[in-house]
Amino acid sequence: MDLAARPLAAVLVSLLAAALLPLAGRRPAVREAITFAAAGLKLALVASMLPAVLDGQAIESARLPLAAGLTLGFRADALGLLFALTASSLWLLTSLYSVGYLRAAAPSRQTAYYVSFAVCLSATVGIAFAANLLTFFVCYEVLTLATYPLVVHAQTEEARSAGRRYLVYTLGAGQVLFVAIVWTETVAPGVDFTPGGFLAGRAEAGVLATAFALFIVGCGVKAAIMPLHGWLPAAMVAPTPVSALLHAVAVVKAGAFGVVRIVGYVFGVDVLRATGADTVLVVAAAATILIASMRALGEDHLKRLLAYSTIGQLSYIVLGAALGSVAALTGAMFHIAGHGFMKITMFFCAGALHTQAHRDGVHGLDGLGRQMPVTMTAFAVGACGLAGVPLLAGFIAKWNLGVGALTAGDEIIVGVLVVSGLLNVAYFFPIIYDAFFKAPTPETAGAREAPWPMALPLGVTAAVALVLGVAPSLGFRFFALARLAAESVVAGSGGLP
Amino acid sequence: MSEHLPVLIVVVPLSAAFVVPLLGRRSSGAAHIVTLGALAATLVAASVALARVLRTADGVWRYELGGWAPPWGIEYVLDPLSGGMSVLVAGLALAAAIYAGPYLRTADPDRIGLFDSLYLLLVAGLLGIVVTGDLFNLYVFLEISAIAAYALLSTGGDRAAVATFRYLLVGTVAASCYLLGIGYLYALTGTLNMADLSVRLAAADESTATAVGVGLIVIGLAIKAAVFPFHGWLPDAYTYAPPPVTGFVAAVMTKVSAYALYRVLYFVLGAEPAAASALVFLGWAGVAAIVAGSWLALAQSDVRRMLAYSSVGQMGYIIFGFSLGSPIAIVGALFHVLNHALMKGCLFLVTGGIRWRTGVSSVAGFAGLGRRLPLSATAFALAAVSMVGLPPTAGFFSKWYLLLGAFEAEAWVGVAALVGSSWLSAIYFFRVLERLFVGADETTPAPERRDLPFGMLAPALALAVVVLLLGLFHQPVVTHLLERALPPTVS
Repeated sequence: MDLAARPLAAVLVSLLAAALLPLAGRRPAVREAITFAAAGLKLALVASMLPAVLDGQAIESARLPLAAGLTLGFRADALGLLFALTASSLWLLTSLYSVGYLRAAAPSRQTAYYVSFAVCLSATVGIAFAANLLTFFVCYEVLTLATYPLVVHAQTEEARSAGRRYLVYTLGAGQVLFVAIVWTETVAPGVDFTPGGFLAGRAEAGVLATAFALFIVGCGVKAAIMPLHGWLPAAMVAPTPVSALLHAVAVVKAGAFGVVRIVGYVFGVDVLRATGADTVLVVAAAATILIASMRALGEDHLKRLLAYSTIGQLSYIVLGAALGSVAALTGAMFHIAGHGFMKITMFFCAGALHTQAHRDGVHGLDGLGRQMPVTMTAFAVGACGLAGVPLLAGFIAKWNLGVGALTAGDEIIVGVLVVSGLLNVAYFFPIIYDAFFKAPTPETAGAREAPWPMALPLGVTAAVALVLGVAPSLGFRFFALARLAAESVVAGSGGLP
Repeated sequence: MSEHLPVLIVVVPLSAAFVVPLLGRRSSGAAHIVTLGALAATLVAASVALARVLRTADGVWRYELGGWAPPWGIEYVLDPLSGGMSVLVAGLALAAAIYAGPYLRTADPDRIGLFDSLYLLLVAGLLGIVVTGDLFNLYVFLEISAIAAYALLSTGGDRAAVATFRYLLVGTVAASCYLLGIGYLYALTGTLNMADLSVRLAAADESTATAVGVGLIVIGLAIKAAVFPFHGWLPDAYTYAPPPVTGFVAAVMTKVSAYALYRVLYFVLGAEPAAASALVFLGWAGVAAIVAGSWLALAQSDVRRMLAYSSVGQMGYIIFGFSLGSPIAIVGALFHVLNHALMKGCLFLVTGGIRWRTGVSSVAGFAGLGRRLPLSATAFALAAVSMVGLPPTAGFFSKWYLLLGAFEAEAWVGVAALVGSSWLSAIYFFRVLERLFVGADETTPAPERRDLPFGMLAPALALAVVVLLLGLFHQPVVTHLLERALPPTVS
């Protein structure tokens, strides 16, 4: 296929699958075949763009013209490709995991489940490849809508109320983002995302700061920056594969990715420095990191604990964007991929504990390390990674963020990172200790290892978290992409090296 | 034949309206088929005429009725604006008439002929308002459409009769205001032809009489368009009417009055200071309508009333867009005329169909119906998402252009109203959607799946699909039609 058509094709392939899935009716084999074919094809399409993008090219598909000089269009640059690669490779693994999980949990309405999932993936890759703010927003809202059926999938009163809360937060923020984007359109009509931003000098500092605040509220809900995070722990009522892919990767990362796009490709680091908005964002992110980690410490429910951990980890990305140096931006962008693989491992493990040991809490996991060695080992790897232990993916991000903070003269941020790492250890290690060093109780003695469709994906993601920590540029070259994107942003805005 | 297309757009449904009741006494089926045939022919005539108008360089097709040259004779004017409106009216008329088929078969068959006759009369009246180039002729068609609408709306039962009587009183006041207003302008200029009047008014001195005339015309048409605070007749009239009538009336009737308001204010009175003041007034009325309509819609427990109040708010979007007066805002308002007609038509058709099939119309009663009527519910969901203004549906893009216009004009109150109304409409529409799709609990066995009959389902689904496609592929409509429908003073 022509290189230029690939960003568009990568977006549309899962939409096509969503259209075909209802035709499969009640035949699970056909449904799964369609999902796997689409996920595999999507990953192949996205990965095939890697060499050209690493060469410094941006691959652009044909635009759809709208009125008044507006267009909808997709373009794969380094940052977008990094996010798209993360999302599409994790979709493939989550699809495999879903097969095992849904068969074990046997809920109904599986067609609706797979359709919504496929649309979500289209929207996520659309967000990654969006060439301008309008396209970004269209995909962003489609993602909101397509996630809603997944949140309310259980159809219980709890699910309904979580769904309501989810919509109030995300649609409310969507309108704020909408206003910000329309404002941008009036001061800079028809401008695409530009490394280093395009708003410098187009409005007064006060106006720019207001617009930036609107943008951050708009994206901050999905990125769960406190106090805009309230929907995320509630949304954990969704089936585990949904929490895994959407609430650890696609939806929340769309928000964090949005923050990076807006800081780096709409405003530019220098504009934010001039308005002082970067300091506000740094403080908000640092506060979120600390408060979320402390909140996780007091959480009994494993998936909700992971949700609070996600809230904290996402703010690493926001923090890196706000610090704005090459090192900090590299760390932030790399964390999009690194945190994705680590957190999805944890959610996969939580789901395996749910179906195999019927455990949803953080207590009573005694001795499961022996009963479910693969699951609990993967869990331990993910936990260490999130805590920032060297040789794991989380360390790379944290190191770069720390370097960035020191370059910017924010020594206190290094302190925040260290404390956050310690808090991660504090809330994850009791679980690991119980599982590996305590004798099995009667409740846990009967638990068996997860079936291979669940064990394989979580093993793979844990291994990737390990590999990324040792050789961050191996395979999909996540680190190289992050570095490339960070350098282009800083070069574009002429800021700190 | 083809040179008579502008008049055929009106004459075909009008003459069919006289044939159908006679035919209906013999065979009600034949009467409905003739109705559908006449409406299809009208749609073809309107589409061909519009295509021809768009091909010409100046984009205006003037037709002298009976060969009498204006300003003495009546002329019909087809330009991209009136051509586009006539295609919209004829298209929705056909869709609602197809939908009416299964509904009428279960009603009293003796009255099908009468129903169809009144319906054709209503369509003819609305199309006449759209194509005429004469202010008095517009009044005549306004009354034809209104009287036909009163009769049709009142057939929904006792409460419908009461609601319609109120509408009749208010509507008569509106028509009288309009008539009085053109009386002033006629006395001042001696002409009723729109083009001629605009030239003569520009030459005449500014006077209080002009201002009074303009004011009366604007108030009359604003009542007809249900612009807040003149919307009081609308919710009851829409709620109790028979489903096919509401589907059509709610979709186009207020929009045609908004068209007349736009035509008069920008094309006839474009240079008048009184028109400029009227636009300022309408701008604030529009903002108030956006807020009040959405707020009141939130308080309704009947889906039909909720949709009716939402219409009040959505008319506010359109009027607000017109009042801003910049090209992008007017394009947004015109696009919203089109979008709102499609999506509100779809919503009322589905809601009416659900009531017809299950007897419920309350928000609470919709619980779990998504499993019984999955395709109807899907059509409802698509149109509702567009009403909220979420991408990639058409409703998002008209709101995008309106908001751009509001930003350009620095109309911050309007920006706040648009955003606030989106929030409110998200709440009241998702409240219904949640009931439709998530309401049923797992313990009860799934009810039998029994969707609406094809004749009722197809028009609703078609409208929903158009709403979706028009969102992504609206560029040709905007550049070839709406941007050419801007008044000369603006473009």
